[in-house]
Amino acid sequence: MTVVRVEQKVLNENQRIAVDLRRRFQEHDILCLNLVSSPGSGKTTLLENTLAAFRPEEKVAVLTGDLQTENDARRLARYGFPVQQIVTGGVCHLDGKMIERHLEPWSLADIDVLFIENVGNLVCPSSYDLGEEAKIVLLSVTEGEDKPLKYPSIFLKSSLLILTKVDLLPYVPFDIEAAKANARQINPGIEILEVSCTTGKGMDEWRAWLEKRRSKHHANAGSAAVSG
Amino acid sequence: MHEVGIATSILEAGHRETERRPGARLMGIGVRIGVLSGVDVDALRFAFECITAETEDEKVVLTTEPCPRMNRCQDCGHEFSSLQSSPFSDAPCPRCLSTRTTFVSGDQLDIAFIEVEEP
Repeated sequence: MTVVRVEQKVLNENQRIAVDLRRRFQEHDILCLNLVSSPGSGKTTLLENTLAAFRPEEKVAVLTGDLQTENDARRLARYGFPVQQIVTGGVCHLDGKMIERHLEPWSLADIDVLFIENVGNLVCPSSYDLGEEAKIVLLSVTEGEDKPLKYPSIFLKSSLLILTKVDLLPYVPFDIEAAKANARQINPGIEILEVSCTTGKGMDEWRAWLEKRRSKHHANAGSAAVSG
Repeated sequence: MHEVGIATSILEAGHRETERRPGARLMGIGVRIGVLSGVDVDALRFAFECITAETEDEKVVLTTEPCPRMNRCQDCGHEFSSLQSSPFSDAPCPRCLSTRTTFVSGDQLDIAFIEVEEP
């Protein structure tokens, strides 16, 4: 029997596609954000409120993943921006190939910001790079504040944590400071926002975060174009 | 939860590497799995058994090597495994006791080696 050293990532094929997607996003100056959370934490609602605040001429698009139904795409399409549903048919996460395939009908030149709403799941989406510039993890105050400790991988890989449904804080035993401390224990550099789509609290900060990422991304893409 | 997909990727990669060696037969695959990879080792082994059962890969042995979370101390540069305390918290540096330590590795999901029988 011969032992052959291999030294490669198990998800090599996904990684290859993700690298290619990232290159294409950079070429077209697209800010791509991958939203991840448990089912029911409010990804679609946050996106609805986010899309509502974009001007009609802005180039925003959404890919939204679910095991079944086109419900989320229908909800999000009402805001007039291009939206596509990715029905995974039972697969618990989105992978690079699904993103590649669903981008085909779109012209990337017509997109500035691409939101990817992952399948509701805190485990599997953390393993799959989709070529995004940043992962954003949502945690609602009706969940446990120890979720960052229970599902560390996604909190480690996310740039931003959005605590959602904060209007419910007076009615639930959620210790928001403990939740933040838990997230920072896993990922000291993670940014944190508190948002309520019902009252609008924190939405300005969220939009400011998006603007900051957009201008930073734009500057990077610009300098890459100059140097490359 | 996605261990069947991961097991399939492992098996495919094993076959891809075996095909580079004419006449070789795949007998084993070794993978390294970090505590932060999001993959459950038992579920992965079970998934691997399921996808290889009653196929020509039935005898392929899956070897898994768990990898701890490694942290580096920002103050003294010491690298240490934080598996002893809690794998997920930023443990203080055992050398200088600084609490300013950062994540280095622990999210691996790598194929380390394959074992092949060659003619």
